Amino acid sequence: MLDQIAAGFRLVGRKVINGIWRLGFITRFLFAILMYSGTSFRRFGLTIREIYFAGVLSLIIILISGLFVGMVLGLQGYDTLQRYGSSDALGVLVALSLTRELGPVIAALLFASRAGSAMTAEIGLMKTTEQLAAMEMMAVNPIARVVAPRFWAGVLSMPLLAAMFSAMGVLGGYLVGVRLIGVDDGAFWSQMQSAVDFRFDIVNGIIKSVVFGIAITLISVFEGYDAPPTAEGVSGATTRTVVTSSLVILALDFVLTAFMFKGI
Amino acid sequence: MNRTTIDLWVGIFVTLGIAAVIFLALKVGNLSTSFNSEQTYTITANFDNIGGLKARAPVRSAGVVVGRVTSVQFDTKQYVAVVTMNIDERYPFSKDTSAAILTSGLLGEQYIGLKTGGDEDNLKNGDRLTITQSAVVLEDLIGRFLFSSAEKSASQPAASNPPAATATE
Repeated sequence: MLDQIAAGFRLVGRKVINGIWRLGFITRFLFAILMYSGTSFRRFGLTIREIYFAGVLSLIIILISGLFVGMVLGLQGYDTLQRYGSSDALGVLVALSLTRELGPVIAALLFASRAGSAMTAEIGLMKTTEQLAAMEMMAVNPIARVVAPRFWAGVLSMPLLAAMFSAMGVLGGYLVGVRLIGVDDGAFWSQMQSAVDFRFDIVNGIIKSVVFGIAITLISVFEGYDAPPTAEGVSGATTRTVVTSSLVILALDFVLTAFMFKGI
Repeated sequence: MNRTTIDLWVGIFVTLGIAAVIFLALKVGNLSTSFNSEQTYTITANFDNIGGLKARAPVRSAGVVVGRVTSVQFDTKQYVAVVTMNIDERYPFSKDTSAAILTSGLLGEQYIGLKTGGDEDNLKNGDRLTITQSAVVLEDLIGRFLFSSAEKSASQPAASNPPAATATE
């Protein structure tokens, strides 16, 4: 019995120490990326290629999801608002929900699942097949050549994807609310425009998506770089990327919302 | 350096992203109606009760948005709410302008309505509005209605002429 309790404590202790060790390593890793980022900007072709893989290939899922989320918001929002005779406020509801919260958060969750997992798998497989070691042998820094361009590609792509998600969502809400249900066209746009503030709502949403972009890509490249060089190790790292990124996005969202919208 | 298909796709991606931001700014947020700090003048007004007025609420005159509430604070000397608002410089108001806290619709947002007076001098940066009307609090209204109807029914004799009694009240 005592042995089992001791084993339990040992396990918890090992997990805590491992967590702290990884936190220290990820901080050092971030500094290394920032230090070797010069290559990403000098040879911008490398970063452009990664923007293609992270951003352009995520476009379809982001645009379609944005449209459907906006359409659902339009339906649900109308159902609730018409009970109080305020269906004209549908535009405000759709736009504020998307620009402040759903746009940055859902786009980030989709980005982590689509692009983040791909980044982890790619870097993890490069490590498993000893391509990273071979680069070091040829005096090519793998952080400068492989990790930093992916990091900056993710950071640059994320806000653009979130903006596209929000814009498509507003169009989806418009299609369902105005075209399908018959909410007044003028009231939909004018109430939206008088309630949504560019600097307060839209810029804060963009700032959120930049922070999410940094978090997701850092977790993705770190998990790939730190993956055990086995098939099981790479698959575990890919799963960890999606799980950790999703949790970090939701936690960061709460913290950022508390900072940005505390005056409400 | 050769152009590649990837460059084209990334170009399209960035263009779409920037277009989305511009759409959000102009069509959703309407950047043109938000006011820059250089193009506005600040005025304050004291209210006994602001109801649910919040920072960033619109300031309207004749239904047109002419400014925004920047902050709502509590004056510990006079025990009133001090509302600071930025008014667009394009819209000058006379010194004796009155401010009222109004509600758009039954369940709509609260905003400040300005009604200009007849003074020849206009408000300047840092001026204070002296004529103000507080927010109408629904509970106060209901309470007043209940109180007056109870008073009425108590003062009316059962067989007397009701219209005459109401008229003398």
